[in-house]
Amino acid sequence: MSTDATELPVETAASPKQRRPLPRGESADRKATTQGRWAATLIVPAMVVLAVVIVYPVINAIIMSFQHDSGLDPATGFYVAGGFAGVANYVHWLAQQCNTSGGGTVGCAPGTLGSQFWSATGTTFFFAVVTVVLETVLGFWMAVIMARVFRGRSALRAAVLVPWAIPTAVTAKLWVFIFAFEGIANKIFGTSILWTGSNGPARFAIIIADVWKTTPFMALLILAGLQIIPAEVYEAAKVDGASAWQRFTQITLPLVKPALMVAVLFRALDALRMYDLPAIMTGGANGTTTLSVLVVNQIRQGFNSAAALSTITFIIIFIVAFIFVRFLGANAVASSTPSEKGKTK
Amino acid sequence: MRNSKRLAPLAALSVLALALAACGGGGGTSTAPGGGDAANNLTDRGPITYVQGKDNNNVWRPLIDKWNAAHANEQVTFKEQTTSADQQHDDLVQNFQAKNVNYDVASVDVIWTAEFAAKGWLQPLKDQMAIDTSKMLPATVKSATYQDTLYAAPQASDGGMLYYRKDLVPNPPKTWDEMMSMCSVAKANNIGCYAGQFAKYEGLTVNAAEAINSAGGTILGKDGKPSLGTPEAKAGLQNLVTAYKDGNIPKEAITFKEEDSRTAFESGQLLFLRNWPYIYSLLKTDGASAVKDTFAIAPLPGKDGPGASSLGGHNMAVSVYSKHKATALDFVKYVTSAEQQTFFATQATLAPVLTSLYDDPALIAKLPYLPVLKTSIENAVPRPVTPFYPAVTKAIQDNAYAAIKGDKSVDQALTDMGGAISSAAQ
Repeated sequence: MSTDATELPVETAASPKQRRPLPRGESADRKATTQGRWAATLIVPAMVVLAVVIVYPVINAIIMSFQHDSGLDPATGFYVAGGFAGVANYVHWLAQQCNTSGGGTVGCAPGTLGSQFWSATGTTFFFAVVTVVLETVLGFWMAVIMARVFRGRSALRAAVLVPWAIPTAVTAKLWVFIFAFEGIANKIFGTSILWTGSNGPARFAIIIADVWKTTPFMALLILAGLQIIPAEVYEAAKVDGASAWQRFTQITLPLVKPALMVAVLFRALDALRMYDLPAIMTGGANGTTTLSVLVVNQIRQGFNSAAALSTITFIIIFIVAFIFVRFLGANAVASSTPSEKGKTK
Repeated sequence: MRNSKRLAPLAALSVLALALAACGGGGGTSTAPGGGDAANNLTDRGPITYVQGKDNNNVWRPLIDKWNAAHANEQVTFKEQTTSADQQHDDLVQNFQAKNVNYDVASVDVIWTAEFAAKGWLQPLKDQMAIDTSKMLPATVKSATYQDTLYAAPQASDGGMLYYRKDLVPNPPKTWDEMMSMCSVAKANNIGCYAGQFAKYEGLTVNAAEAINSAGGTILGKDGKPSLGTPEAKAGLQNLVTAYKDGNIPKEAITFKEEDSRTAFESGQLLFLRNWPYIYSLLKTDGASAVKDTFAIAPLPGKDGPGASSLGGHNMAVSVYSKHKATALDFVKYVTSAEQQTFFATQATLAPVLTSLYDDPALIAKLPYLPVLKTSIENAVPRPVTPFYPAVTKAIQDNAYAAIKGDKSVDQALTDMGGAISSAAQ
């Protein structure tokens, strides 16, 4: 058995096909079975780690979301465990119902977290749509420039990456200073706008900060897509007399689409769980509370209700990802690579 | 090998089970009130650990060294947390939930004390664990008291003060109305009149609570239920709303946190500023300060006299899970003694909790704001002492912010605030 264990991996790595005759008494079937077992043994540690760090927390969060948060025993003034809640936590968020002292429920008063679920959902999608559209357009533009061959191209590529390399929390702090009332933004434009103190400007400030930070990410992914388009295709198009615009719409766009859809998918999923920028720049004030900000606020008030909210957030993001993959052809999970797909089209 | 193959899934399962067991109960907290843990180890002595946020002024190490030199068998280990208050809170919650016996004594922000006490994590300081609070400022003791039981010892205090420009206003205002009438001076000098901290964060709770308490209102009644439906509470919030609408509070103040408001006052852009004592020395020494010699301090203005400051500061609590509570108690008494409180005041400018120190001429020579701060803390009202503080402060912030911005009427804001606080407490 021990020889098996040492030889097998070497053998499979060196030659997938049979190089020497099988030992007597060992059929090909038997060999395959042993290999399968061996593979399973090797995979087990990875599966265990995944189970511990991903499956367990997700399942535990879902279990928690069906428990009441611990409440105060009015007689003693001490906390007692909440017990099974059914779907009460989900109803609390989706229907924005809060408990009353009588045991019933009533629409959550403004100022509770429960009253902010739908507005936070709206805010989250607003940010996601606006930032992803802007980042895609700008990122495409930057990628096209970076794909050209010219002097100082590597310097440009490095420079473009700088915003992406800065941690989001640091980015947020930088923009807080820029958008302070006595900050640079107001000084340069000669305005006295309360950037973080009123609805429109606060959202605008966050969008600007997010676009500044993540456009390079889009640009890089799109650049990767652009670079796999063979130059001959363009040459052929030129010979056929296609204009620059036609080459862009007829060749570049369709061929880069697989990479582009993956980039958009990644960014959209990222934008849907935006937390750092609103949390640091506005603290969620003035219509900038996203779902993730709401989850973190709720954690301090009760884990179980927060678990329900994060499960809802998870489902929302899952649905968006599903739509992308199923209907818009973002191919981030299937086995064929974007390049293969691009070539066959 | 054959065996071990069969065992692999089993091993995986057992690892998972271990993890499950370790994480189990992370969600719900159930507590046996007043029972078991609180009665154990009351007379035991031995090494203990003291936990608190980052020691920015380097006062704790010398203080603990001094203790350790005198107590060979009861050494104190200092565990330093981060500077972020939220992280300190979460770290304490996790360790108390895990019943960590090595978190013997912890520094607890005044606003967390009730929450931790209600969770059953703090040792009640009564009977043989009692401490002498008669020499302490009453408001600080109140902040450490939950359901008539003292759960922590006041360790450092803090109160708001009114910073004003003595070159423009020779005599500070005693009441809010007087202060508003002085705003013509600000207008004549083309600067803002009054500011506090009105961005939507904890500072707004502090300022809104001060406005309501100063006008004679309260946020929570004695029964822990909201008591905002009074004319006094309305008058208090109305003061802020009217001042913002009239421009007596400059419009940018709605983005102010402590440092923004200090910068504005420091550059001469404000006539009056509500802030904590920590900015006093900065205003005096900061290179950018344009008001070094032209500012002075006074108690916050109230309805007919000094206003009701919100109370800041920390309490020192003994964990119910501590194995050496007698030592822990001695250490708490040591830190709250006059000698150490003086050391804190001179080294770290932390406001003492002992009344007598505010009249100590030597200390006043070092910290000239002490007499004003004493008035402030004597009139201070702790922020709502409730186990649901995170929800309560959110309710106050959201609705006070909307009212100040003019998004909703004062009546509506107070009704919503009360409603949100009620549903938080269910």
